[in-house]
Amino acid sequence: MTGDHDHSGSAIAARVKRVEAAVIAAGLTTEAELDRVLEVLATKASPRNGARIVARAWVDSSFAEAVLADANAAIEELGLSMEAGPPVRLKAVANSESLHNLVVCTLCSCYPVGLLGPPPTWYKQPAYRSRAVREPRAVLAEFGTHLSQQTEIRVWDSSAETRYLVIPRRPEGSDGLDEDGLAVLVTRNGLIGTTVL
Amino acid sequence: MRFSAGDSVRVRLDDPVHHTRVPRYLRGRRGVVAEYQGDYPLPDTVVLTNGADRTTQPLYGVRFRAEELWGPGQATTEGPFEVWVDLWESYLEPPGERS
Repeated sequence: MTGDHDHSGSAIAARVKRVEAAVIAAGLTTEAELDRVLEVLATKASPRNGARIVARAWVDSSFAEAVLADANAAIEELGLSMEAGPPVRLKAVANSESLHNLVVCTLCSCYPVGLLGPPPTWYKQPAYRSRAVREPRAVLAEFGTHLSQQTEIRVWDSSAETRYLVIPRRPEGSDGLDEDGLAVLVTRNGLIGTTVL
Repeated sequence: MRFSAGDSVRVRLDDPVHHTRVPRYLRGRRGVVAEYQGDYPLPDTVVLTNGADRTTQPLYGVRFRAEELWGPGQATTEGPFEVWVDLWESYLEPPGERS
């Protein structure tokens, strides 16, 4: 019961360092490539990116159509891309009065990091990952999201090459706000689908 | 491409010891193909060959009803829901076939 449960920062750091040295020695990546990815993650990965996509979709119906049809192409208009990590497909899914979307990765913790920032701890834990696909309404209620029994829930289990982004419904009373003002209303949990706005 | 949108499919009962991207709760369950997503390297083979074999295979988004996954009672108490999962072609078979 010693080493296995030692989660101190220095132990993790030493382990990361050894793994890093090993993958570079094996020719799987380079120090420069790691630096580039970490730089992008540290400076650009943020839920503000996802929020900008949602706000644009709320004010611009042709963008909304485009982002639902081909999100990778559509977000370039905002200067965003999925390039921070390995190349993956992005799919935006929109909530409506009768449909609510929720994102999970039951196998690990796949997540559009570049658009949402680092995932919250609960997203990576077995409780959320196992329950979201089995009792999503109960899980949502624990996040304070109480959906009617008539609302269909669609749970997206990101098991492969697509990452999912929820386009929440535009909050009531937000008619007077411009795109920047709307973006402020969009939360990380709204983009995962655990809350409504 | 073996399947297209609207086709009924069943997830194979395989329970491989190696890496795979079939969540085990889907084994043997029936769903409907929602979309073809493109051709991507099969992760099982990629991992087994340490990245050497990146042979691609069609990848589909497949939708499953809650009742099919968890029994009829679940959707009654929970309300209606579906789970949409991305699955490679070799994970799937026509619903009448049994691997």
